[in-house]
Amino acid sequence: MHAAVIVFPGSNCDRDLAVAFERAGARVSMVWHKDTELPAGVDLIAVPGGFSFGDYLRCGAIAANSPICRSVVAHARKGGHVLGICNGFQVLTETGLLPGALLRNARLKYVCKPVHLQVTTAESVYTRGFDAGQVITVPVAHHDGNYHCGDETLARLRGEDRIAFRYVDNPNGSVDHIAGILSENRRVLGMMPHPERMAEPAHGGTDGASMFTGLVDALVAA
Amino acid sequence: MKARVHIMLKNGVLDPQGEAVRHALGSLGFDGVNGVRQGKVIELDLTETDADRARESVTAMCEKLLANTVIESYSVEIA
Repeated sequence: MHAAVIVFPGSNCDRDLAVAFERAGARVSMVWHKDTELPAGVDLIAVPGGFSFGDYLRCGAIAANSPICRSVVAHARKGGHVLGICNGFQVLTETGLLPGALLRNARLKYVCKPVHLQVTTAESVYTRGFDAGQVITVPVAHHDGNYHCGDETLARLRGEDRIAFRYVDNPNGSVDHIAGILSENRRVLGMMPHPERMAEPAHGGTDGASMFTGLVDALVAA
Repeated sequence: MKARVHIMLKNGVLDPQGEAVRHALGSLGFDGVNGVRQGKVIELDLTETDADRARESVTAMCEKLLANTVIESYSVEIA
């Protein structure tokens, strides 16, 4: 399995994400935002957390219009897999690959702590390593993680089983406690919490590792 | 020519920053503020000299980058 991790100026979870994939058995290429082509044979693109372009204008907005993001969007439109974590989730909503937007946290505070997440669906390559309903612990670290979408979009997300993770104790005001969502074809996942920061014993827990091992197993078999 | 873009969160989208400002005003003794909405203003200096073309071009900029129309509305002033 070959994963590409996109690096923007201001990304700060890119190497953590690469290590999590490597530990799960993936080959990883780091791809700079000014590149226009993805490495040949990439199975999955990961858009990491951080503060791309200093969060200027809106979180993720400038990254979403960078040269490499045209290739990321094209990869997704062809049915490719794309994972966006934290700032990566914000980037994916800004590209339109995922619906809705991430607003300032309802209580205005930057929230940085481990949270309990309910795995809402196991029906995706990202969540197949978990059981539906399982509660896992992974950290969040964001100021703008308050997921917002219209009623119609929310009804679709629920009806199509596209809410991947919900907060057990909502830290940011997200509608319906949403922590992560899937695209219509279930191949694009965006989530605010950081599974890559809870992926080996030295992190204080390994709940996040199942996402990466599940992904590698699924995409190797495919 | 110059253009000025006003960007506001749409009605119905929670504006926690505006709410915090409203509370701060109340605690300073400014009574009677029912609501505060906070937005942003972007000023552009354009080489374009035709107002209609400038408006069209700035509108395209808003749709593509300056505003996120999922949560924000915008208006364009050409001067």
